[in-house]
Amino acid sequence: MHQVNLSIKNLSKIEGHLDMDVIIEDNKVKDVQFKIMENKRFFEKAILGKPFAVVPQLLSRICGTCSVAHEMAAIEAVEDALGYKPSDQTITLRKLMMYGMMIRDHALHLYIFSLPDILNKDSILDFDENNELEHQLLHDMFEVKKAGNYLSTIFGGRAVHAPFVSIGGFLKYPAPEEIQKSRDELLKIRKKIFLLMKVFDECEFSLERETKFVAMKTKDYSFLEGEVLCSEGGFCVQEKYFRQQLKEVVIPYSTAKAYQILGQEYMVGSLARMNINHEALHENTKKDAAKYIAKFPSHDIYKNNLAQAIEILHSIDHAVEILKNLKIQNNPVNKLTPKEGEGVGVIEAPRGTLYHYVALDKEGLVTDAEVVVPTAQNQNNIENDIRHLVQDRLDRDKDKMDKEKVKFEIEKLIRAYDPCMSCATHFLEINWK
Amino acid sequence: MIFPMADTQKKLNIGWFTFTCCEDSTIMLTEMLNDNFFTWKKLLNFKHFNVLKSKNDMSDLDVAFVEGAIASEHDKEKLLKIRENAKYLVAIGSCAVTGLPSGHRNSFDDKLKAEIAPYLLQYHQNEKVYALHELVKVDDSVPGCPMVEAEFLKVVDKYLKLFKIIP
Repeated sequence: MHQVNLSIKNLSKIEGHLDMDVIIEDNKVKDVQFKIMENKRFFEKAILGKPFAVVPQLLSRICGTCSVAHEMAAIEAVEDALGYKPSDQTITLRKLMMYGMMIRDHALHLYIFSLPDILNKDSILDFDENNELEHQLLHDMFEVKKAGNYLSTIFGGRAVHAPFVSIGGFLKYPAPEEIQKSRDELLKIRKKIFLLMKVFDECEFSLERETKFVAMKTKDYSFLEGEVLCSEGGFCVQEKYFRQQLKEVVIPYSTAKAYQILGQEYMVGSLARMNINHEALHENTKKDAAKYIAKFPSHDIYKNNLAQAIEILHSIDHAVEILKNLKIQNNPVNKLTPKEGEGVGVIEAPRGTLYHYVALDKEGLVTDAEVVVPTAQNQNNIENDIRHLVQDRLDRDKDKMDKEKVKFEIEKLIRAYDPCMSCATHFLEINWK
Repeated sequence: MIFPMADTQKKLNIGWFTFTCCEDSTIMLTEMLNDNFFTWKKLLNFKHFNVLKSKNDMSDLDVAFVEGAIASEHDKEKLLKIRENAKYLVAIGSCAVTGLPSGHRNSFDDKLKAEIAPYLLQYHQNEKVYALHELVKVDDSVPGCPMVEAEFLKVVDKYLKLFKIIP
């Protein structure tokens, strides 16, 4: 029996840390273990007995980069448990928070984590200022991220663990000049997204494999409200019953749980959203990015990056429209009365559908909580994509397979998913056995 | 902070490390690059920064910036190694400075402690989560959840001056 051993440790340019084992025997991939080794922080236990008011800020600390998504899902779950319906203004401002996060977070992944792979560089630190394309992208990345950050900051108080978003409304509102400044900044960066879409569209990386896609179908592609659908259209996860319908798969080698629907792996994230819901993109996005949107639906995981770039454009277009007509009423936060109940919050986080469940007693103290994050849902799908990739290279190259090259291809593939280990629980090392 | 620099400018050798946390300060740092990238590139040599690059080197650091609390023996050993390799060590963010919120299991009641005990055993986690100062000498701290941007800039400025990178 011929066994191949390869090893990648601490995969770079992702959020968090990760370990991997790929076991190959006689030119067949025997096993792929995508090991999320993030140290458990037991948030669902730490929240027990706490008053409902602290739930969003505490659960926000699950993840630095998509903290706003956790805040939004937790707020929705608590408001649902208390039978509270937020005002139209609050929903609109929450959508702006989501758009600010999407612009900043997708830009972080595309420009800082993924772009070096495409330009054959190790890092943005190696970009050549004398090269026209690299110079342009280097300057674009900071302006785009900054505009997203500013949009989140004026409404949330900060782009990370935003302090002004709250159960029952917003604690503070921006001044008209800040709203105008944000709109100007967004309009300024808009044209930069076309170069970003072009670069990721022309990227030659490709891996096609039939799989199930799951995403929330929102009417205005706002990441906040809607129903969770599967790509086949036949089965949808009902928010209230997600704990029964998403089947937990315990993986002994990973500190995160994986999930299946009806016994099948599935993918969540930008690619799933574009496959299921691209008709709902903003009219300006549909008009100006038509040739890129026409690439969807797609089963190519690398199109996840193009989908993220299109989502940045949509976030800009819809945010600009909202900001143009925004007349804010300085309504104080509604203080909600504690009562016994269960609530669910489901939103589209940057990396996919995020589920929060909370149960409260009559004093409003948390008696139970559960959080299902996108990267854990993608875990089985990532493993099977890696299996497919490595087996394809083995079939083609047999014993001459270039281990270092395949190792790099696996890294690129994992990065295309934009995984978040902090969310999934934090640690990648690939050990080829 | 703009200084005219020659290409031969001496740089501060820094490393950025993360342990058990949500990496919010890492995200804050990537956001601070929006305004500081071109200046920092001239002044700082990012020898270890896993979120930005794959070719990392943790030897001979002037300053190690460490985010996150320490929850396992494996992480403790790595922290000790970072300390050995760095002239100065700066704790970044609430988890590194105080151990919280990542260390909330330290104050769980007996029932909750019993519930999580099998996980700790299975994944080789320590029963107690430590702030950095409980395990190694910490020269400076940037508190906050996430770190306070202005405090971080002050600390960077301090070490740039200490190592005579800037006047």
